[in-house]
Amino acid sequence: MGGLQAAAVAQIKEICGRYKDEKTPLMMILSDIQNEYGYIPLEVQEIVSQETGISVAEIYGVVTFYSFFSLTPKGKYVIGCCLGTACYVKGAQQVIDKFSEILKIKPGQTSEDGMFTLDALRCIGACGIAPAVTINGTVYPKMTVGQVPGIIKHYLDAEKEGATA
Amino acid sequence: MLNIKIEGIPYQVEEGLTILEAAKACGYEIPSLCAFNHGECNQGSCRVCLVEATGARGLVASCVYPVAEGMEIRISSPAAVEARRRSVELLLSNHNKNCQQCDKNGNCELLHVAQLTGARDDAFAGAHSETFIDRLAPALVRDTSKCILCGRCVERCKNAHGLGILGFENRGFNVIVSPAENRSFANSPCIQCGQCVNVCPTGALMEHSEIDKIDAAFKAGKHVIAQAAPAVRAALGEEFGYPIGTPVTGKMAAAMRRLGFERVYDVNFGADLTIMEEGTELLHRLTEGGVLPMITSCSPGWINYAEYNYGDLLPHLSSCKSPHQMQGAIIKSYWAEQHGIDPKDIFVVSVMPCVAKKFEKEREQEKVNGIPDVDAVITTRELARMIKRSGILFPRLPDEDWDADIMGDYSGAGVIFGVTGGVMEAALRTVYFKLTGKEHDPIELTAVRGHEAGIREASIDINGTTVNVAIASGMKSAKVLLDEIREGKSKYQFIEIMGCPGGCINGGGQPYVRPALLPNEPDDILDTYKEKRAQALYSEDERQVVRQSHNNPQIIELYEKYLGEPNSHKAHELLHTSYAARVGFND
Repeated sequence: MGGLQAAAVAQIKEICGRYKDEKTPLMMILSDIQNEYGYIPLEVQEIVSQETGISVAEIYGVVTFYSFFSLTPKGKYVIGCCLGTACYVKGAQQVIDKFSEILKIKPGQTSEDGMFTLDALRCIGACGIAPAVTINGTVYPKMTVGQVPGIIKHYLDAEKEGATA
Repeated sequence: MLNIKIEGIPYQVEEGLTILEAAKACGYEIPSLCAFNHGECNQGSCRVCLVEATGARGLVASCVYPVAEGMEIRISSPAAVEARRRSVELLLSNHNKNCQQCDKNGNCELLHVAQLTGARDDAFAGAHSETFIDRLAPALVRDTSKCILCGRCVERCKNAHGLGILGFENRGFNVIVSPAENRSFANSPCIQCGQCVNVCPTGALMEHSEIDKIDAAFKAGKHVIAQAAPAVRAALGEEFGYPIGTPVTGKMAAAMRRLGFERVYDVNFGADLTIMEEGTELLHRLTEGGVLPMITSCSPGWINYAEYNYGDLLPHLSSCKSPHQMQGAIIKSYWAEQHGIDPKDIFVVSVMPCVAKKFEKEREQEKVNGIPDVDAVITTRELARMIKRSGILFPRLPDEDWDADIMGDYSGAGVIFGVTGGVMEAALRTVYFKLTGKEHDPIELTAVRGHEAGIREASIDINGTTVNVAIASGMKSAKVLLDEIREGKSKYQFIEIMGCPGGCINGGGQPYVRPALLPNEPDDILDTYKEKRAQALYSEDERQVVRQSHNNPQIIELYEKYLGEPNSHKAHELLHTSYAARVGFND
């Protein structure tokens, strides 16, 4: 636990304290940590374990069960490609492969510059617009392989503008 | 009472039972696998116990489905028989079936239900999940290729210790049961007690066998000396078909002698030695203002727990080594000198009810001048394996005595170390004598006795001074006493803590208690086996002429000729140890 700074420890404890009166607080605590801290490494799970009395192994099990939670820092833009049945038959595999190829990362990984994380998702309930991709909450319907380079460029351009502005 | 029918025959059963329990009460043992110990683990995950029941949609898992008034249950319907077989076949399709190399063979519940249901080999050929094998920890081996994901080990770790070292991780086909991050037991705050091994239905969790080391020592021509702990005699017989609770001390000594050990000793001598050292340490702390309460240090699982979780309380622990380590140190010093043997040529084997002892003997603090006190630790189960492979027909052995030179005598106080409360009682017998000059009457201090997890306390009047003592086994119970100390609220002077619930009789190296594989034991054996094993030890205590450690003549002689007096400089060098706080998740 030596790796965590005091401020981070205080932040995790504060988050745990929000749900003191909940019967089953774990999911809420982990969601808040994921949103506010960005990821949930083992050191953080140890603090949650101390605060809640839930074993580290059980917390680790929950973190590795849900694809929403992450053990490593996520990129600035999280690209979620749905690989549910409907999206898959409509060509989602080719779409995610294209993202993989251009960004040089496998699903589950984050690009070296920390800009993009590529996630393979199970059904996100958007079968009507299959294949669907989400990037930080923005939904891209009926994706084709041809659209992939343009979308990546859009985010890279936005970054450049942000940097010069 | 509820009226139900099984196979068309009417029965009356209690309310609130599962179909599995109700059927057992009526005389049917439905093949089942993952359910364990009255719902200690009931995930209903293996689907082996499927039956037909009216009022249910499709087949139901009898281990989790409750009986209801008027329910008609069919165990032997074609659909149920076929479904149970298919469930087992599905488990086998992702199971490493190298049964002939598996140490659980003979006690494997998966193999048992495979035979019961007639499961066919490779009925479902398919992918196998990735295998992880952890052999890093000295005490335990984890092999995911044998795991059926029942969750018994997860529950046992939580129930016994409040720890939950093991958990389910990942998702779908990639699920494994493991410490967080798929770490080794060695790199997580696991106390290596082996309770998980005792409940694992397959070979996924096993003790780290050291039989090979013993074979190598014999081959190398070492002086191989064996010593056996008290609790082993209360359970070894189970491996050879004796009813649970049959003491087999004489046959065990005979069997070990026939395995070729140069000497076979009883660790009870070491237990008596422990009492002399620990009792004296307690007296010093009581009379000279030392750190109180003092806590016993015989259980290596408990020591691991303390070092991981209560580093601030380590000064409360007795500095005494555990009995087998003490005896090993005496074998490699005094005994070696007396026989003119170089300690480096001696190989000490401890037979233990415990797997954590395998870890303990590796500790740097358990060596004298770089030489380990003990070279190999085998469990009660491993001893049985050695006896069986050597063709020894255990029931036909004569009852023989332990070797008697230098460390053959032992007192009844040493015997009861194997059950929770035993070390406390043995210590009090001696402390009482040291302070009053007379023996406690009656000899037994029954207030501290028990055989289950939980906390017991007692107050003993010694010359007008009241000594408050407490006993806990299982870390869940111990935690209560430890938190009291931390908060400065503890009212005790002396505390005994044992790692496993019930003490060593229920240690992680003891024979498996699997009701399905023990047809001659009563239905409630999981509720009674600890008491039966404890009784085996208390009865041996009663049979002893010498009942107090300080009256053991060879102990007296050892101090006169070699150690001087308890807690002397020499005694400290050989018989005492030290502890250090440790980080649980280390890399």
